[in-house]
Amino acid sequence: MTENGIGAAVRRKEDHRFITGKGQYVDDINRPNQLYAVILRSPLAHGKIKSLETDAAKAAPGVVAVFTGADMAAAGVGGLPCGWGITSSDGSPMAEPGHPPLAVDVVHHVGDQVAVVLAETKAAARDAVELIEVDYDDLPAVASLDAAGAEGAPLVWDDAPGNICFDWEIGDAAATDAAFAKAAQVVSIDIVNNRLIANAMEPRAAIGDYDSGKDEYTLFTTSQNPHVIRMLMGAFVLGIPEHKLRVVSPDVGGGFGSKIFHYAEEAIVTWASKQVDRPVKWTADRSESFISDAHGRDHVSHAELALSEDGEFLGLRVDTRANLGAYLSTFGPAVPTILYATLLAGTYKTPAIHARVRGMFTHTVPVDAYRGAGRPEASYLLERLVDRAAKVTGIDPIELRRRNFIKPDEFPYQTPVALEYDIGDYDAAVDKALELADYDNFAQRREESASRGKLRGVGIATYIEACGIAPSNVAGALGARAGLYEAGTVRVNPTGSVSVFTGSHSHGQGHETTFAQLVTEALGVDFDNVSIVHGDTAKVPFGMGTYGSRSAAVGGVALMNALEKIRTKSRKIAAHLLEASAEDIEFKDGKLTVVGTDRSVAFGDVAMAAYVPHNYPLDTLEPGLEETAFYDPKNFTFPAGCHICEVEIDPDTGVVDVVSFTAADDFGRIINPMIVEGQVHGGVTQGIGQALYEQCVYDDSGQLLSGSMMDYCLPRADNLPNFAVTTNVTPCTHNVLGVKGCGEAGAIGTPPAVINAVVNALSEYKIDDMPMPATPERVWQAIQSATN
Amino acid sequence: MYEFNYHRPTSLEDVSEILAANDEAKILAGGMTLLPTMKMRLAQPSDLVDLSAIDGLSDISDTGDAIEIGAMVRHADVAGSDIVQNAIPALAELANSIGDAQVRNRGTLGGSIANSDPASDYPAAVLGLDAVIKTNKREIAADDYFKGLFETALEANELVVSVKFPKPKKAAYAKFPNPASRYAVVGVMVAETDSGLRVAVTGAGACAYRATEIEAALGKSFSTDALAGISMDAADLNDDLHASSEYRAHLIGVMAGRAVSTLGG
Repeated sequence: MTENGIGAAVRRKEDHRFITGKGQYVDDINRPNQLYAVILRSPLAHGKIKSLETDAAKAAPGVVAVFTGADMAAAGVGGLPCGWGITSSDGSPMAEPGHPPLAVDVVHHVGDQVAVVLAETKAAARDAVELIEVDYDDLPAVASLDAAGAEGAPLVWDDAPGNICFDWEIGDAAATDAAFAKAAQVVSIDIVNNRLIANAMEPRAAIGDYDSGKDEYTLFTTSQNPHVIRMLMGAFVLGIPEHKLRVVSPDVGGGFGSKIFHYAEEAIVTWASKQVDRPVKWTADRSESFISDAHGRDHVSHAELALSEDGEFLGLRVDTRANLGAYLSTFGPAVPTILYATLLAGTYKTPAIHARVRGMFTHTVPVDAYRGAGRPEASYLLERLVDRAAKVTGIDPIELRRRNFIKPDEFPYQTPVALEYDIGDYDAAVDKALELADYDNFAQRREESASRGKLRGVGIATYIEACGIAPSNVAGALGARAGLYEAGTVRVNPTGSVSVFTGSHSHGQGHETTFAQLVTEALGVDFDNVSIVHGDTAKVPFGMGTYGSRSAAVGGVALMNALEKIRTKSRKIAAHLLEASAEDIEFKDGKLTVVGTDRSVAFGDVAMAAYVPHNYPLDTLEPGLEETAFYDPKNFTFPAGCHICEVEIDPDTGVVDVVSFTAADDFGRIINPMIVEGQVHGGVTQGIGQALYEQCVYDDSGQLLSGSMMDYCLPRADNLPNFAVTTNVTPCTHNVLGVKGCGEAGAIGTPPAVINAVVNALSEYKIDDMPMPATPERVWQAIQSATN
Repeated sequence: MYEFNYHRPTSLEDVSEILAANDEAKILAGGMTLLPTMKMRLAQPSDLVDLSAIDGLSDISDTGDAIEIGAMVRHADVAGSDIVQNAIPALAELANSIGDAQVRNRGTLGGSIANSDPASDYPAAVLGLDAVIKTNKREIAADDYFKGLFETALEANELVVSVKFPKPKKAAYAKFPNPASRYAVVGVMVAETDSGLRVAVTGAGACAYRATEIEAALGKSFSTDALAGISMDAADLNDDLHASSEYRAHLIGVMAGRAVSTLGG
């Protein structure tokens, strides 16, 4: 292994600046002569704006301007676009309502943007916002899937009858019906995937900075994908061509998906900056984040599994309703369809699957991708259903899973729901997890817990996910309105140090370290002589950013391809310098050597020769040493694994304590095991959060009840055990790194493992249903119902 | 936050003067409730009267049969005090269970009981230990102090100076924290005091109150078994996102049992 190369647990380069407070986040940036924007938001879930009076606000001290939706509409500002179109099973396109950055006439959820105040200070802007008088007609609202689907329910959009955005299906309904017809037994489940709020540590922020001298715009924003924001906002909302718009996403403090999307505030500050010819800064406060960041999950499903006599899965039928919120967020419609239903095969050879998904509008914050995005919803449904099948058939839950696994010699495996898995070894992950979890001795631990009056349970879940969504043409056929490749540029500087420009964006993932490891591996350049540049459309090639665990599998591979071009050119330069043939040059450990001789040249000297081409094959080779690669993957990657959770329940209070958690994951080849382990820890923590603590709650009128950290419960360190984490490796077959992606796995496999454990702990009460989050009261109530 | 005038007087007399002159003035102790409320623009005091410069409000002393804790003593100082740990370890433990480290280093005893948040911990101690609240005007017995939701016996411009906690024969506090806020969903202080057995409940009702049914049962037999048959009436208990009144009623019994069990009952 190259020192600090692939496979090395190198400490993160970026941590020094984060730990010493030197990170540069959007809110740390202040532009000369900057104004502060504060947004007036709707207090109602659904209301008609009868009048909107801004004169008092405009006259308030320090206020420079106040803008409303009417002002933006009059200026020809467009709506926020949706990046993925879904076609209903009857062939009709999804309902796609307009989404103006500031509401025009009607507000559609609590937190909807109504007006913006620009003032010399944030305090002045806040004071002035309170002077804006809005007279609303309070209209009836639907805040849940059930309410939205009820007979005669108020409509969020007149052109979406029944509040249905799309009614989509995947799989073979007839084949699935046939499978059920021959089933020995059918197991069913009604299941809710609870709505979540990402709560990245850094709230969203944006600065619009219009330069009237050059007629150019710069937007600083907390985005996971600045190029995507430039394209969406420039082309669809504000009509600014790319060469006039620079988007910068500097250090970003966590995204978890919620910072993928193009948000209204980005367009508002960019547009407003030009109106007043001054920079305009907006930073969300935490309360604002709760009602303006896209939410996650929120599915209600019914699923049925058909089994043969001996537990073979014959067919799976799923009917899901997914809450999309009031407007379509950037990738909202893709999450409960393409990213969810295609994963319903799981790790199993179920030959016939059919899923119907209805995307529904409600008067709530838009719903979009949140860590896992569709895949946690699929794994939770499937792994709860399989556990229930184990109970019904009397087959051990692990044995039932093993019987139905796709086996290593059956890859590539075409599922009945569109995906083709390239490789995996699910039994190996189960074996590793069982051993690490000391599963065989669980009965003893259960007894020990019982001796202390506690109920102990164990839960297992396997999962598969699809990362690095691709290829672009297939995604396009499925409704994607963007490409899904990634780009990387490698610039070898004259003295041999390396600057990398990547379209990926790091907001906690540690790219500055892992990508530097790739350079070290490929070129033998010292790890400290590599810098990674990301997050600035003026610097990095057009790239799609970071989400869906794609950075290593797509961005990393693009970088490797660019590095391979550097290696090829370096060999040609070395061949000239060493008077040998390029085919005879070996590039290893930072040296280029004529094979079989001791004649060699250091990579740094090759770089110098490229930039000071005095002794250089100028007739056949361009000077310089800089290469770019765009990489469009052939397929998704398919990380998979097995998670085992043990819980202890206090039957007196219903408190669930996660006492151990084991994850055995197959992420393919691993670049930095320490960073991978950190990603698993974070994902598992958010998975435990969903399973036990987190719940976004709206009341019937559409008011958000869980609108602060006092009421929305995030998991804390004292809620968690030490995690036992291991990996088994089957390298991805279709990328040069063999990597698959690790960012979301924890959040995907964990919730079903935890809930299976809770249900297992309650088995003496014959409880086989437990909604997420399994709060103390819910568990206690379940025990009460079972014993009374 | 709206604009306000800030005062940092050095005597209680000055405090009274400022309060008398400004109807919309508020007293600032640790600010753990007031400041977030102001930041959310839910409170708009004209003046803030910061008590931190007044001598004599931050002492903990042993008066023989009681300990006296100044109104401005921080939770962390109560938790770490040798005097409190020796005389009333349950009180030190209670203080150590409040909020998080930042809250414990800023929040004060006086601020907590003057605010009388239904979910705060200290009221259970004040009531359970039969404390006496000393104000700038008088002394108030704990039984007369908590009146309702955020409502106490304190009159306008009256402020807590210290709290005298008689040393109990034994006492224990058990708390079921809200998983999100870590406030008490239900907290129960069980104490054997010179004035008899006292059981005080916080978190469950509009303000801290004594659970007389439990006191009676434990008076007959100080044991967890004595609690077995008792079911608390849920009718007047709090009901919110985190716990129904029925669940709170149940938790009162469980937490009382845990406190009793800690005391060997």
